[in-house]
Amino acid sequence: MTTRKIALVLGASSDIGRATARAFARAGWDIQLAGRDVAALEPDVADLRARYAVDVGVHRFDVLDTASFASFVAGLAALPDAVISIVGLLGVQDTAQSDLGHAATIMRSNYEGPALILGLFAEKFLARGSGTIVGVSSVAGDRGRASNYVYGSAKAGFSAFLSGLRARASRGGVQIVTVKPGFVRTRMTEGMKLIGPLTVEASVAGDAILDAVQRRRDVVYVSEKWRLVMLIIKLLPEAVFKKLRF
Amino acid sequence: MTLVSGWGRFPVVDTDLVRPRSFPAVGEAFAGASGVARGNGRAYGDAGIGLARTVDMTAFDRVRSFDPDTGRIRLEAGMLLSDIIDTFGPRGFLPFVVPGTRFVTVGGAIAADVHGKNHHCEGGFGRYVDGILLRTGQGETIELSRDENADVFRATVGGMGLTGVILEATMRLRRVETGWIRERVIPAANLRDAVTALDGGDSSTYSVAWIDCVATGENLGRSLIYLGEHARADELPADAAPFSRGRDPRLSVPVDLPSLTLNRYSVRAFNELYYRMGARRAGGSHLVSIFPYFFPLDGVGAWNRIYGRRGFLQHQCVIPQTGAREVLGEILERIARRGDASFLAVLKKLGEGDGLMSFPLPGYTLALDFPMTPSILPFLDELDRLVVAAGGRLYLAKDARQSRATFEAGYPALQRFNGIRRSLDPDGKIRSRLSQRLLDEVRP
Repeated sequence: MTTRKIALVLGASSDIGRATARAFARAGWDIQLAGRDVAALEPDVADLRARYAVDVGVHRFDVLDTASFASFVAGLAALPDAVISIVGLLGVQDTAQSDLGHAATIMRSNYEGPALILGLFAEKFLARGSGTIVGVSSVAGDRGRASNYVYGSAKAGFSAFLSGLRARASRGGVQIVTVKPGFVRTRMTEGMKLIGPLTVEASVAGDAILDAVQRRRDVVYVSEKWRLVMLIIKLLPEAVFKKLRF
Repeated sequence: MTLVSGWGRFPVVDTDLVRPRSFPAVGEAFAGASGVARGNGRAYGDAGIGLARTVDMTAFDRVRSFDPDTGRIRLEAGMLLSDIIDTFGPRGFLPFVVPGTRFVTVGGAIAADVHGKNHHCEGGFGRYVDGILLRTGQGETIELSRDENADVFRATVGGMGLTGVILEATMRLRRVETGWIRERVIPAANLRDAVTALDGGDSSTYSVAWIDCVATGENLGRSLIYLGEHARADELPADAAPFSRGRDPRLSVPVDLPSLTLNRYSVRAFNELYYRMGARRAGGSHLVSIFPYFFPLDGVGAWNRIYGRRGFLQHQCVIPQTGAREVLGEILERIARRGDASFLAVLKKLGEGDGLMSFPLPGYTLALDFPMTPSILPFLDELDRLVVAAGGRLYLAKDARQSRATFEAGYPALQRFNGIRRSLDPDGKIRSRLSQRLLDEVRP
């Protein structure tokens, strides 16, 4: 029987997921990986074991299959000490504007699914009286922009959900962390024009998530520069903001 | 299309840059176009740029297996040496061979058969590689070792990625007690003393000389020689951490500096200060962390930008042992006379090479940086003539400009190497800008 803490990573096959799992394993946590394609996660299981000599397990998890969430949680051998959701889908804004199915998938992948599964874990953690929940949201949720408001609105909903959950759960000994990565060089942002000084590698995001958990932070911008950028964007009067095309 | 260059930022080439995330996607990357795998882009010239397509391998950074009893590791070839050091250093294991930067991939290190400060006694990177998973230009995936496909193994170590894409590798790591080096600094007043000190350092695991290229006359070749051994745990002071994680560069060069920043006065002042500070530390031995010892320039991010937008060239040659002192003296004299002195000049002893096309041969290697200017090209051609006449050669991982004649004179195994390439890749799918410039058979 191990005495190490357990971190469950939802959306583990993403670049930030892989980096987060490595950061926690390096800090001595056992790791449970969850994602849609279990076979694709097997090399990551081997990687974490070989690198950090920790226990690693893998689970199938589909964020759109909300009906399976209760049995997913019940099927875990042990309730984890921390759950980190990196699940998300950027989608294609242009398509989402006319394709309701695509828009709904973006909304469900970024809001409905992550909020429901983390809400479920929050109840378990509150019953136990301990635990940490990390939701990776987005700076895109701070204000809806012309170029990605379908994605941004879902992230805004997710951020609001985490904010309310935090207010309720903090009295019950459960920590809720909202992470807003900003630009991270990942598969999701491949081909996008990123602004160099505002862009970080996935490993930086992984380290920032671990740091936020260890220091019991509430809302974290992976790069602090983004806090300032988003503050300015939030303060722009609507009359000015609506003329911007970004 | 994307503009891509090597670390020296010359040449800059338009290429179709792709970053696959699965082995099947690596195969798709070569559909309909010739190209080459690229690691972390630390080759200086055109070795990591494909003829049409450039396949970035850095997404493949997973460890397959590790045996803590033997230090044997199997990993994906896009893993950085810095990652190996940060992950396995605290567990008491380091790569046997590290080049001057830790930000290179394992695949790149095999392809260039990189050498470190220990080449004179422990050989190159390839000596510690026991297996390679290679995807050939024909799309076959084959396992290479000293027993299995041995000729392809020997061609792939030092083969500049031209035998195919290195997907995975099995290698041995060195067991160490600490992440510290016991260093001894020996000042040498001139080239003769420097060569004598390096010869005297043959029994040291690590040895390297930093040459002041501005010094002339009787000071020509004035150097500091750094000898090093891995420190044992009982040699550390009680308060020292046995292993500290490598920090990301604290300083970074954020923009291209104007080309005037480096001139003979600033370099002369820097070198004078550098030599005096080093000479003051001479004498007894002291402890330094592996990071500044092995990777002094990794402390400054994007240092290649100090040469400005035009980029720079590194000239790294090896001169066979016999008569090396005279040839090195001639090269240094010409550089001092020319005046746009190298910011860096490193002199190091090498032993036998391991791969068919590996750079090292028993002798001395000299590495010099020059800002890119039109007049530097004919000057380096003159240096090449001295190198060829002495039976030496140039390091392909650093090269952006040598001629075919220089290359062919330095690498007598070329015909055999190209024969192996032809049999693995009859359609010529694996081609880089470097191979086009130096190796590929010219078709009418």
